[in-house]
Amino acid sequence: MSDAALETQALSMSFGALRVANAIDFRLEPGARHALIGPNGAGKTTFVNLVTGALQPSEGRILLGGSDVTGLAQAHRVKRGLVRTFQITALFRGLSVLENVTLAVGERLGTASDMLRPSGARRAVIEEAFALLDRLGIADEALRPVKELAYGRQRLVEIAVALGLKPKVLLLDEPAAGVPSAESSTIIDVIEQLPADIAVLIIEHDMDLVFRLARRITVLVQGAVLVEGPPAEIAADARVRQVYLGEREHA
Amino acid sequence: MAEIVAASVSILFHGLAFAMVLYLVSVGLSVTMGLMGFVNLAHGVFAALGGYIATSMIARLGVPFVPAVAAGVVVAMALSVPLERALYRRLYGADELDQVLLTVGLVFMSVAAGKFFWGPLAQPFHPPAVLSGQIELGWREFPTYRSFLIASGAVLVTVLWLGLERTQFGAQIRAAVDNRRMAQSVGINTSRLFTMTFALGSGLAALGGSLGAEILAIEPAYALEHLIYFLIVVSVGGLGSIKGPFFAALLLGVADTGFKYLLPEFGAFFIYALTLVVLLWRPRGLFGYA
Amino acid sequence: MTVDVATHLTAQSAMDAFARRHRFHPGEAVPWIVAVAAYFVFPDYLALGAQVLATILFGLSLDLILGYAGIVTLGHAACFGTGAYVAGLLAVHGWGEPITGLFVAALAAAFVGFVSGAVVLRTQGLTLLMLTLVVSTMLYEAANKANHITGGADGLSGMEVWPVLGFRFDLFGKTAYWYCLGALFVCWLVARCIVHSPFGRSLTGIRENERRMHAIGSPVFWRRLVIYTISSALAGVSGALISQTTAFVGLGVLSFDRSGAILIMLILGGVGRLYGAFIGVPLYMILQDRFAAVDPVYWYFWIGLILVLVVVFAPGGAFGLADRLLRARRRHR
Repeated sequence: MSDAALETQALSMSFGALRVANAIDFRLEPGARHALIGPNGAGKTTFVNLVTGALQPSEGRILLGGSDVTGLAQAHRVKRGLVRTFQITALFRGLSVLENVTLAVGERLGTASDMLRPSGARRAVIEEAFALLDRLGIADEALRPVKELAYGRQRLVEIAVALGLKPKVLLLDEPAAGVPSAESSTIIDVIEQLPADIAVLIIEHDMDLVFRLARRITVLVQGAVLVEGPPAEIAADARVRQVYLGEREHA
Repeated sequence: MAEIVAASVSILFHGLAFAMVLYLVSVGLSVTMGLMGFVNLAHGVFAALGGYIATSMIARLGVPFVPAVAAGVVVAMALSVPLERALYRRLYGADELDQVLLTVGLVFMSVAAGKFFWGPLAQPFHPPAVLSGQIELGWREFPTYRSFLIASGAVLVTVLWLGLERTQFGAQIRAAVDNRRMAQSVGINTSRLFTMTFALGSGLAALGGSLGAEILAIEPAYALEHLIYFLIVVSVGGLGSIKGPFFAALLLGVADTGFKYLLPEFGAFFIYALTLVVLLWRPRGLFGYA
Repeated sequence: MTVDVATHLTAQSAMDAFARRHRFHPGEAVPWIVAVAAYFVFPDYLALGAQVLATILFGLSLDLILGYAGIVTLGHAACFGTGAYVAGLLAVHGWGEPITGLFVAALAAAFVGFVSGAVVLRTQGLTLLMLTLVVSTMLYEAANKANHITGGADGLSGMEVWPVLGFRFDLFGKTAYWYCLGALFVCWLVARCIVHSPFGRSLTGIRENERRMHAIGSPVFWRRLVIYTISSALAGVSGALISQTTAFVGLGVLSFDRSGAILIMLILGGVGRLYGAFIGVPLYMILQDRFAAVDPVYWYFWIGLILVLVVVFAPGGAFGLADRLLRARRRHR
């Protein structure tokens, strides 16, 4: 079996007595379109935090393209192609849209540590960043500070920043969360048009989105994997329906 | 050999007394910093204020010890309320730098005020007759007043701990320290809680300032001079905790007394080195979680 | 930068906007014109002027870490004092050449900055603040203790500073003034270059959203350590300038007072604007010269009050106020 783009083995983590990740075995194939779903508090964002290195697991391994990255710092994992977006937009609010992306592109190209030449002289970086914004349809707002943009467009900037890092594995944490439905179609289009060689994992609550975009779905409940399989199987699985129906009963 | 024992007992005793004063002043700072997330470098001002009021009343008005100290506490608490409401409240959640600067500005103003109202010299402190002199504890004699300080400190930490663990008010504080937003959503009136806790902390500081006037002399630059020690107690102890600062104060008090006795030419150098080591080992403090 | 939403933005115009940011703006010549003019207008105050210029450099160095990287420090005097003592010791022990003295002082201060930064920058918040204070207090105590080297509380005297580029340091402070102005100019160019570079922009990113910087693969700790070291070097240069031009070094160069004062000066001018120190430092030092002469007590009170007022009403300092005025005027057009 060839290397998975991203794999976790028996990944676990506890916060005191609370087990937020319970022996998670997970495989993301190259070029995958995979969704991670589960009720609130299931530990989906925690999983992303563990995989990206923002949190340290108590047990288990994380493999990126076959190599063990469990002990590697977050920034190093990014350099190896593991990129995420944040559920709550985490951009440089005071900086312009374009600059948000040039910071990312610059890090990737290695020009970010340059102290000698002014940032405006890095034409390649600016051009690439601008082209990205153009492709996502937000080039017109390139020079506006991020905090002035509509929330839906800010989510697009999040994706632009992620793409500027040329990811091999892209983890999208609720990309359409909080976005009014009028603007979310753009986001969905963008995700659908992502290059085929990127392995994409989407965390989402919106089932329509999940069934539209995903070719494989993992269901996470209370920090553990409940079931995994193609969308049709998951939709038909009684346990999954129980989890969601059960949740609705308690709501 | 006997000399070493005697010296050690002395160091421990005086270190404990010093530690109690540090604790009294700093515990309020720890709780308010953990609760409000507010870097309050002006905390020592309330200690100085309590000390000034108490010593003035004793020396100039002949007021007996207990009412004078109580007056200092009351005045400090009364002044803390408008200060918190009008000024500190604006900067909750603001940049740490802004909080540092605001409170440093207040400290500067207090230094000037102290000099203006009470002159540049340290205030004389006379403990009441019943607490002066020496007392026999075990096989030797110790200064009565310092024994009193140690006892008060022990009593206070117990009272505070019980208060935090057993009362409704304490439970609210603990909840809010743990998670402010959560506490608000379960109906705790955090703004009133802040004001009350701040007043309580300031009152405790005033108590520490007036009781401890023998060890930490009351003078205009009080809040500035001893700032670093208060901060060490709080950061080493851990924000938002009652027992953290207690142990940190013990450590600091005894170590400082010991170093000053054994290696006086080095001043407080070793204390700072020790603080550095501890904070690198435990950045959140020994008992901190805020 | 206002952009008309109706126009279609091209890559070229975006690039132009970027380039415009770092081009020399005519307003940037103002401080230098003022500094040169002051030489001729205030010939009796040149010694004070030299101190002001050297302190502006100190403030500039603080701005690099505070305003651009967001590192709050209560101990910046540590590197300032290191530079002062190193330059002082060189001059006392036979090497009085000023410019090489500056370089050695910068190196020594950079070393102190690097070592302390490597340790301290692993922490954050109150702990970081405390550790910066602790480090500089430790240096103070060490300098006090080593009084056979440093002169302790009496200070280091007996410095013999040689002429700089052929100009003797005269009693009127003329040489000192130009010397400090030249050093400030060179260091300012360096700081300006760094601030506008991709490295400088990444520092702004770290200040704005550190979590995000980790998530784009930025080596945050190293970036901060690098700017901390550079800032320490510049602070060391300013300390050396002060000691060389006054031929004296006292323990005060390492004191909390010094760290606090420079912080206040920078705040008055405005943090993160590169020029905050140019406004805040002269303002503070001139005010201090006036007030402290009348009564030091008053000085403490007024500077405390000004600080409180600035924090509550004018958090951006002088620059922040100017911003607000400009915005208000634009709205009324």
